[in-house]
Amino acid sequence: MSAFTLPSASLLSQSVLSGIFVGALYGLMGLGLSLSWGLLRLINLAHFAFAFLAAYLCYELASRGLDPLLTLAAIVPLFFAIGAGLQGLVARFAITPFNSLLLTFGLTGLVEALIQSVWTADFRKLESSYAEQKFKVGTLFVPVPELITLVLAVAISVAVWAVLRHTDLGRALRAAAEDAPIAAAFGVNQKANALLLAGTCAALASIAGVCLALSFTLAPSQIYAWIGVVFAAVMLGGLGRALGPLVAGTLIGVSEAVTMAVTAPSWAPMVSFTLLIVVLVLRPGRAA
Amino acid sequence: MSGPLRALVKRTPIAIVGAGVLLAGLPLLGLPAFYDSLLYLMLHWIVLATSWNILSGYTGYFSFGHGAFFGAGLYTTSTLLARHDWPFLWTLPVAALVAAVLGVALGAIVFRVKGVRGELFALLTLAVTFVIGTIVGNTPLDGGQGVSLSAVPVPKIGPTASSTFYLLALAAATTTLLIAWGIAASRFGAGLFAIHDDEDAAEVIGVPTYRYKLMALAISCALAGVAGGIHALFLSYVTVGEVFTIAVPLTVVLMSVLGGTRHWAGPAVGAVAITGLLYSFTAADHAIAGKAATGAILIAAILFMPDGILPRLQRMFDRRGASVPAVVGATAPVSAPSAAQALAMAAASAVAAPGSVSAGDRRGATVGTGAVLLQVRGLDKRFKGVHALSAVDVDVRRGEILGLLGPNGSGKSTFINVISGHYAATAGEVRFEGQDLTGTPAHRIAAAGIARTYQIPRPFAHLSVVDNVALAAMFGGVVADPAAARREAMTWLEFTGLAGRADARPDALNLHQRKFLELARALASRPSLVLLDEVLSGLTPSEIDAAVALIRRIRDQGATIVFVEHVMRAVMALTDRIVVFDHGLLLAEGAASEVMKRPDVMTAYLGTAAVAVARQ
Repeated sequence: MSAFTLPSASLLSQSVLSGIFVGALYGLMGLGLSLSWGLLRLINLAHFAFAFLAAYLCYELASRGLDPLLTLAAIVPLFFAIGAGLQGLVARFAITPFNSLLLTFGLTGLVEALIQSVWTADFRKLESSYAEQKFKVGTLFVPVPELITLVLAVAISVAVWAVLRHTDLGRALRAAAEDAPIAAAFGVNQKANALLLAGTCAALASIAGVCLALSFTLAPSQIYAWIGVVFAAVMLGGLGRALGPLVAGTLIGVSEAVTMAVTAPSWAPMVSFTLLIVVLVLRPGRAA
Repeated sequence: MSGPLRALVKRTPIAIVGAGVLLAGLPLLGLPAFYDSLLYLMLHWIVLATSWNILSGYTGYFSFGHGAFFGAGLYTTSTLLARHDWPFLWTLPVAALVAAVLGVALGAIVFRVKGVRGELFALLTLAVTFVIGTIVGNTPLDGGQGVSLSAVPVPKIGPTASSTFYLLALAAATTTLLIAWGIAASRFGAGLFAIHDDEDAAEVIGVPTYRYKLMALAISCALAGVAGGIHALFLSYVTVGEVFTIAVPLTVVLMSVLGGTRHWAGPAVGAVAITGLLYSFTAADHAIAGKAATGAILIAAILFMPDGILPRLQRMFDRRGASVPAVVGATAPVSAPSAAQALAMAAASAVAAPGSVSAGDRRGATVGTGAVLLQVRGLDKRFKGVHALSAVDVDVRRGEILGLLGPNGSGKSTFINVISGHYAATAGEVRFEGQDLTGTPAHRIAAAGIARTYQIPRPFAHLSVVDNVALAAMFGGVVADPAAARREAMTWLEFTGLAGRADARPDALNLHQRKFLELARALASRPSLVLLDEVLSGLTPSEIDAAVALIRRIRDQGATIVFVEHVMRAVMALTDRIVVFDHGLLLAEGAASEVMKRPDVMTAYLGTAAVAVARQ
């Protein structure tokens, strides 16, 4: 066990900042997962595979000279279609929530094999004009790719929250999640809404994937590294809530970063999973 | 149970042991070592998948934490070998123990929380895997570098080291399959399957759900711990990164779902299929294709065989053998007995059945004595802000039919739910036959002699009609042996007129039959007090007449009945006395014909004239 070392104030605040940045990515990654679980009862493990597939596509297009953010124009519609297609399959075969977990795990294996056969199992890192850019605020360094992720995560979460809260579409989606047959009886086109929502969730995964490609090295096996901590953020944040994953993700990111600074990086997984266990045991109703 | 089936049940353990003994002779053939390793891996996964299934398949609590228990056994053995120089075989019981203790500690916390089921339980157990992995990796147990066991000698059980591992795994797999079969065929297994379908209803008919889940988890963990202990020496170099992963749980889930989780042999079928498949791909150097194929197979299995291979095959087999008489039909009387005969049979068995002396005594002393059977004092139940019951005092006298009336939301169903132990009371006291039942778990209340029905029938969906009733007979303390319980259940199916549907699944019954199934299930435990929650709602007038006659016959046998009902015709015809609830308060009490004339009762039901006008 590593000895406790009290880090300096500047190191600690730099840790908190990097925790916020990585937490924003947890939140962005978790947003689509939370919406599809909470509003569609589809527990989509393949969400992570989608994010990585998008990250690799972004890497591929960027290595041919395209700006990474511009690749979103192609990637987002593509993944919208993939997500809607998956929902079509789930609806056609009336998959239960638990079986959706197994089904999408199978899909994850397929996508992982696809990525591995196209891009090999080696680590890949996106090179772009602003990959290494950073600026200084006071004593803190702010890296540009992480800042882009943070801005995107906050903007998208707030936008999704506003749609769910204040539009007829959002009300219809929430009503259908409560009781689909009743909502349908009141004129909600549940089928079309589910396709739209599932497409949106996959599109959100692809945006998270592009952000992932901006600041992390990619390898097919890394798909599984994100599952635990993002699920923790989703459940802490409450299922189907737009702002939940972002808030919970940031909380986890910061506590992980501080844990790493105070003890050793290898203790970091303790934080998110202990938080998840505590929440599940004390307030299971929150996630159900 | 018919002759051939009973013979099959008796033959199964012999077949398992026989197969084990036969396979133990395999190393004598001197096959190349890689066959030993392939077979070892198959057996290894059979142990892991089957042990997982004992908790998760049988009860439906899908655990993603099997890696943690497997890892606990694995690190127990490697620590004892590498640091304390224990002989290898002695480490295995310790590995089992450590894994089981870990499982019970986790279960003791998690199983107390009502909402943690399904996806939540899966994720919680997955999180536990990572927490334990982090602790092991950061402490001297592993130290972050892994543990090497290359210096530890492999015990000489088989002619070669690889055959030793094969034989060890074979012994473990044989034991595991025997245990899995034994549980599935026993009363314990019946309780676990009931938990799978409806945990609350299982608890209410007398299944000690908490203890059963904990026991299943302990057995499951101990077996995974043994598999881990053997695997530690097989790997000879263990690291946290490869043990505490999502790979172990996902593989066992995949194997079990593919093979069928409701059958003891399902996971083993899945384990052989998947291991063989993966091995054929890796042997031919197509690891990526193997990964893709596993994914594709899982997708296809979920879409086209959501119940698994084995149940699918069984169904095909059943259809082919349709000319063979159905299992229970063979023992059931050919012509349905008249109501009078059935009543006589039921009454006779209720008093004379062996091992039910106390139930018989309870019954013998009943009709007409009028002594207080159930005494409720100051009963309070609050749901956050809502006061569902306030200071309710009710006496139920032996042998009477007490009607429980009141508008919707007045607290009638809450009263039943509190008495049966479904909800804990906020305050107050419940005494039954002089025994204090306040705060007692529902399965003990059931054992004390109180049974209930649900307004919306809650049968165990995956069990046949007769098995639904047999469960209640088994856990109501009347009979312990599954075969006797089925015979007892048939009596009650005849009593309620359901004998012809004994082998049907509950979802094949109509509402009227499902309501009668609820009644049969409540009666099979030979309760002295039956709580009927709106048994008549949704029935047609002629069905109501049949049900009223049936309820009379139940009382004529000596049971006391509390009867929640809106159908006034039935209330007037059946009840000796009624109590009326309004907004959680006891409003009136007395004979039905008098109480219903009281103005305050009429107001509670119909509203005052002024309100009625205002709403027009």
